[in-house]
Amino acid sequence: MNARSMQYQNNRSKIHPKKFSLWVAMGSLCMMFAAMTSFYLVRQASGNWLQFELPSAFYTSTAIIVLSSITLHVSYFLFKKGNTLGYRMLMLASLILGVLFVYFQLVGWDQMNQDGIYLDGNASGATIIIITGLHAAHVLGGIGALLLANLHAFTLPHKVTETRKLRFEMTYTYWHFVDILWIYLLVFFMMTL
Amino acid sequence: MADLKHNDEFLIEEVKFADVMEDGFHDHHHGDKYQSNFITHYIFSQDHKMIAKQFLITGMFWGVIGGLMSLVFRLQLGFPEASLAWLKPILGKWIVVSDGVGTLDPQFYYALVTMHGTILVFFVLTAGLSGTFSNLLIPLQLGARDMASPLLNMLSYWFFFLAGAIMFASLFLSTGPFSGGWTAYPPLSGLPQASSGSGAGMTMWILSLVFFVVSVLLGGINYITTVLNLRTKGMSLWRMPLTIWAFFITAILGLLSFPVLVSGLFLVMCDRELGTSFFLNEIFVGGQALEQVGGSPILYQHLFWFLGHPEVYIIILPAMGLVSEVLAVNSRKPIFGYQAMVLSILAIAFLSFIVWAHHMFMAGVNPFISNIFVIFTLIIAVPSAVKVFNWIATLYGGNIRFNPGMLFAIGFVSLFISGGLTGIFLGNSAIDIPMHDTYFVVAHFHIVMGVAAFFGMFAGVYHWFPKMYGRFMNDTLGKIHFWGTMIGAYAVFWPMHYLGMAGVPRRYYSFTTFDFSSQFAETNQFITIAAIITFGFQIIFIVNFFYSIFYGKKQTTRNPYGATTLEWTTPINAGHGNWPGGIPAVHRGAYDYGKGGREYIPQIEPVSDEEKLFDEEHAH
Repeated sequence: MNARSMQYQNNRSKIHPKKFSLWVAMGSLCMMFAAMTSFYLVRQASGNWLQFELPSAFYTSTAIIVLSSITLHVSYFLFKKGNTLGYRMLMLASLILGVLFVYFQLVGWDQMNQDGIYLDGNASGATIIIITGLHAAHVLGGIGALLLANLHAFTLPHKVTETRKLRFEMTYTYWHFVDILWIYLLVFFMMTL
Repeated sequence: MADLKHNDEFLIEEVKFADVMEDGFHDHHHGDKYQSNFITHYIFSQDHKMIAKQFLITGMFWGVIGGLMSLVFRLQLGFPEASLAWLKPILGKWIVVSDGVGTLDPQFYYALVTMHGTILVFFVLTAGLSGTFSNLLIPLQLGARDMASPLLNMLSYWFFFLAGAIMFASLFLSTGPFSGGWTAYPPLSGLPQASSGSGAGMTMWILSLVFFVVSVLLGGINYITTVLNLRTKGMSLWRMPLTIWAFFITAILGLLSFPVLVSGLFLVMCDRELGTSFFLNEIFVGGQALEQVGGSPILYQHLFWFLGHPEVYIIILPAMGLVSEVLAVNSRKPIFGYQAMVLSILAIAFLSFIVWAHHMFMAGVNPFISNIFVIFTLIIAVPSAVKVFNWIATLYGGNIRFNPGMLFAIGFVSLFISGGLTGIFLGNSAIDIPMHDTYFVVAHFHIVMGVAAFFGMFAGVYHWFPKMYGRFMNDTLGKIHFWGTMIGAYAVFWPMHYLGMAGVPRRYYSFTTFDFSSQFAETNQFITIAAIITFGFQIIFIVNFFYSIFYGKKQTTRNPYGATTLEWTTPINAGHGNWPGGIPAVHRGAYDYGKGGREYIPQIEPVSDEEKLFDEEHAH
């Protein structure tokens, strides 16, 4: 245990500084996507805005990322309970589902292209591609975290320590964040397109 | 406990604090272990005090570059006929020599103006000011060993360094650095073929700014987490010094506004590289219509100023915090209206997010919407006036020490009033019709957030220099620096108000063609000469700074100013971890000066029974 975490234990606050930092960072990310979606609304109001159907792959990917959030959270419970096999399998499943999500986003963009909606075409399609692309980039960051978590799950002996619990909690917090962010974006597009 | 009542006891290295928070820091002896060699101590340091110095010295480097740029374009404005051939060895092809007369390339003039703005706003007054003092003071004044994440803190500096390196490299491009103004409005920023600086120069500008934002965010996350999680025992939010409040709120502003800038820059990048049309619409280049239609450049302005306006408070709030602290310590009086000071910081921060369109009154924004922004803009005068009133009230009847830090703090108040008043003119959308984009605007923002923020920074450097290097800066040189800068800055920017009221537009290369502007030829000469002299006074500061690091008067007592705050309870030249034993606990607010017949009472001193009695008697 390092000095800083000891210092935090002496304080009344209950949240670990690292986890708190993550929440602050997620708040900052929210501002970025809020800027993007408000850009979308203002740009749409100024006209010359193509109406089109969202690609079906986006709905598939939604189901996948929601499922991955669930598997990751269950994996956390099994980790705490000491169920090594369940913990490892669900951790691996979360990673695979995460990669699948990005794959289906790619499929979605391909579907849009086939419908004649291009990045350098009308601003409505371009904005959606940009925003979903930016989101996918943040999912890739989450996949990086999941890769590390898998590495830990499969190489380290299964011990429930404070540090590992903290790491896990930060991983799933961020993963739920990109999940909820995606649902927000999808609902936003469905309501406004 | 009794020994703390005698200020001289701070001479002794091992001060016994009345109450400490044991955190087991020294049980592990890792405090200095990873500081053992030159690289980890001076370069990739994770100690917040060293990172603060890195930010400061890098900021000073950029300050010199940005300042010199302004002198070059001031030479052009003040002496348009004079030959600049002597600058050819430095500026090369940007000085065009014909018949022995060297003239500044107009394209490069715009590049200089753009770079001057970008460098001063972002690299000097954001990173150099908030980066330096947030890093130095947050852990020290709160009683923390270091930032919440020293690693991210180190990365924050190195991302800033990377951003600076990219910007610096762009100065040497054969097509020149970006030249479309520090705000980077499209189409000048959105079209690579718009001007020579819009090509590679703009690409590098965006890249640099994105790394810069990463730096600000990593720093900001750390500052916020440290303030909320790592305060020592007894340090409630309402006992924090005003410096910390200012840095804390500044970090929140940065965290909420910089991501919006990134969004805007990202979309500009798409317009440039991917053929999208977010901001471009029906533009003809060389007689050819571009394919991009339907974009709106005004949308970029919204995204930019949603950052841009909070950004000016990101610059000025830390300066306000530093000034509040320096004024109280050197007046030997509590800051007047501590809670009002905190609340006005919060009010300014909140309002800063709903006034951005006052930068766009003349950009075709609906006049009815403008009205709303006018009202909110003018309301900012209220918390600002509260702060000014409180600073003056703090000085009133104080036992004032006129050391350089204090002089700059008082100068800050003067500049903030002068520059703030012209803000009330410009905040009115009707008055903004004749005033916009004139030298009146240039005068306004240079005084209120340029020079004023510099004064806050100077006050901080002179005051906390002993905390950084264990030595003092030279007082006499500091006073010469102050008076030169104070008079010089007013001499530079005061006349610009008159130019602006006559309608002289900003950013123009030359004013010789028309009578309304050519009548100011002598005024412009005066401004240029004043700018050169004022810059000369900054050299005194730089010499003083570096000389004092090695040869300045040594700090012999822990608490040379008789201040109440925690940073003066550490040993002189404290190691990593700041306190050799446990962290001192805090028992009172940061401004107990002149209380109960005592000159000052440190925050670490428990409230005595007599004092409780005294407080009760004076409560009614």
